[in-house]
Amino acid sequence: MMRKLARQHPSLAIGLLAAGIFALLGLVSLWWTPYPIDQIAISRRFLGPGWAHWLGTDHLGRDMLSLVMSGMLTSFVVASLGVLIGVGIGVPLGLAAVAWGGAVEWLVLRFSDLTFAFPAVIVAILIATLAGPGATNATIAIGIFNIPVFARVARGGALAIATQDYVAAARLAGLGRATIAARHLLPNIMSLLIVQGTIQLSLGILAEAGLSYIGLGTQPPATSLGLMLRDAQSLFLIHPSLSLIPGLTIVLVVIALNIAGDGLRDAMDPRLRHQGLSHGAG
Amino acid sequence: MALVDIRDLTITFGQHEAVSGLSLRIERGERFGIIGESGSGKSLTALAIAGLLPESAAVSGQVLFEGTVLPDDERDMTRLRGRHIGMVFQEPMTALNPLMTIGEQIEEAIRLSETSEIVPLAVSALLDEVGLAPGLAARYPHQLSGGQRQRAMIAMALASKPELMIADEPTSALDVITQRTVLDLISTICRRRHMTLIFISHDIRAVAALCTRIGVMRAGELVEQGVTGDVLRAPVADYTRELVAASRMERRLRSSASLNDDRAALLRVEGVGRIYRQSGIWPGCGAPVRAVDQVELTIGTGECVALVGPSGCGKTTLARIIVGLDKASDGRMVFDGTAYDGSNLPPLLRANMSLVFQDPFSSFDPRMTIAQSLGEPLHLLGRISGEEREARLREAIEAVGLKAAMLARYPHEFSGGQRQRLAIARALVTRPRLVVLDEPVSALDVSVRGDILALLARLQAEHGLTYLIISHDLDMVAAMADRVLVMEKGRIVEEGTPETLFAHPEHPLTKALMAARLPEVA
Repeated sequence: MMRKLARQHPSLAIGLLAAGIFALLGLVSLWWTPYPIDQIAISRRFLGPGWAHWLGTDHLGRDMLSLVMSGMLTSFVVASLGVLIGVGIGVPLGLAAVAWGGAVEWLVLRFSDLTFAFPAVIVAILIATLAGPGATNATIAIGIFNIPVFARVARGGALAIATQDYVAAARLAGLGRATIAARHLLPNIMSLLIVQGTIQLSLGILAEAGLSYIGLGTQPPATSLGLMLRDAQSLFLIHPSLSLIPGLTIVLVVIALNIAGDGLRDAMDPRLRHQGLSHGAG
Repeated sequence: MALVDIRDLTITFGQHEAVSGLSLRIERGERFGIIGESGSGKSLTALAIAGLLPESAAVSGQVLFEGTVLPDDERDMTRLRGRHIGMVFQEPMTALNPLMTIGEQIEEAIRLSETSEIVPLAVSALLDEVGLAPGLAARYPHQLSGGQRQRAMIAMALASKPELMIADEPTSALDVITQRTVLDLISTICRRRHMTLIFISHDIRAVAALCTRIGVMRAGELVEQGVTGDVLRAPVADYTRELVAASRMERRLRSSASLNDDRAALLRVEGVGRIYRQSGIWPGCGAPVRAVDQVELTIGTGECVALVGPSGCGKTTLARIIVGLDKASDGRMVFDGTAYDGSNLPPLLRANMSLVFQDPFSSFDPRMTIAQSLGEPLHLLGRISGEEREARLREAIEAVGLKAAMLARYPHEFSGGQRQRLAIARALVTRPRLVVLDEPVSALDVSVRGDILALLARLQAEHGLTYLIISHDLDMVAAMADRVLVMEKGRIVEEGTPETLFAHPEHPLTKALMAARLPEVA
């Protein structure tokens, strides 16, 4: 089956494989990393890549590979929770807008306009001011940013489905609006949502890195790719590898997820091939 | 020398052979009609002549235009198309550029044809030839009616003074009256310009009215060709015989018992109207549109009433109000003694009424099995046991002539005709008394229309159903209905039995509808 997938949709296969490997690396860090990430040993700092430390060590003598693995986990967890929040609140809102129309639709659209106007950074600053910085607050900020994106996508897809005769048939059959939304609208926009989910996941990873970089996301001693960049920025000219390793990792993960998202879109719904679905993250 | 000479043309997509071994000669000045149902390869044949086949198609055989093989080079082919071949497509809304005015698009076609002409003069001459007022040149496609758009398409096709015009189902998106005028226009232009025409249609009567020679296609093969009169009068191939038979609709015989006048009224529509308010920036701007205006009608138990009218006359809106999909702005309906105004129809009454949609392809959820879709209306009956549900579904699907084993399948596995049978089965599953049929056969191939109508007639006799048929097809109405209502601009303007109404039409619209009927074949 894998071979068939690779032949028909090569970009999907490559993207999924690469993103899967990165996610697996992050997951493994839950139980095992080459070195504990909170082990500080100044004597071993700034080691280049070698047998003992594959990617070298940072300014506190921590193993870079362990940090990257652990940071990847943070990135994936924060971004996926952000997508979950977006889907969990945004999709019902979008479906409700189509199913009820009128005032509900107006309210949902204005609410999503309002949320669109606040980039994730602004929301994160707001939350950090109120509750202090941290990974949880970064997750909430990214989630809030995702809500209008999913509300819009769900509404757009469902609007096209709602004009179909089978929806009218369901109304004739006496089904309520909520039942129709769950039985007919949601299953038929699923492929759209999955594709958008992949794209929002990669945007979420970028946003998490950005928030951590400016100090509003993950706090030490926990680590994330953005935080590693922040720690290394003052040493960039002396030890460029400290910045390049987390930077390149972010780039690769995002590219892998985007390729997988485009591949998914082509595989699930060839009609959407030429429509852009991406929304810029704050 | 034939203008178009197709020799052993075969078009394949992957494993599937869409056109196989087709040979055809079309002489200069001939009007050649290609008949066949959807998927018979008739449109692909036309695209092959114009060199417009999709890249994924594998082609063997030869197409000769004026004795020379079509050039392989895209630039040469474009030049040939631009100067010698004009095309008219099925859906003028998508074939015209929405961002350019009609005049600009015709001008562009003239420029590209590189005929040395004074462009503004040529534009007005072309508009005049297709019967469009000169003022329409400044309009955009969305500002025109369907018939006007198709006329504009024809003007563009004529811009290069082509020797050959290919018209692919040019009238199937239009209503009857417009269809007739467009067909007449094409016929006049071909005669005047001595132009060769290839006319593709599934409507045997349109082809018969327009063409001098016809070819019948089925499953990628040309099963018969010859002079129109001969082919239709004495068809050789079995398939042609079926097509000709299917195009004649026999008036079904109703027992006199079902036609007595003193039957109880099942549905009374009392002064129903529907107003759509156009939303503007300011409240109150934009006059409200009366889609349905003070409609009064009564349908007796066991009757078959037809509502006819041109597109946009409000007949579908009225049907949607009657079945409870929309709400009447004023007036009320009384069904079996209970008054309602549309959406406030109580569930048990809803179960007594159902609607069959026009388009069998969009009336089933692609992600649900047939059993799930068919079982949906059973909600209306409250809680019923699993066995009862099973039995109802089985009964409904067998009543429309399909097998109970098909319940586990998905909609995409069925053909258009089968889907319409399934849609009828869904309408019957709650054992309703009134069935509203919105253009029940207009989306289907001619060859299966007769079957569906026979099925409807049988079901009516067996279950004592009452029908309200919405249609613009007078032949179908004449075959099915006991009583006909003619609707124009939201009002019912004439009423009567099909025999008297069609023999002595009073209202101008009824007369126009009658005049637009295409003659019977043979």
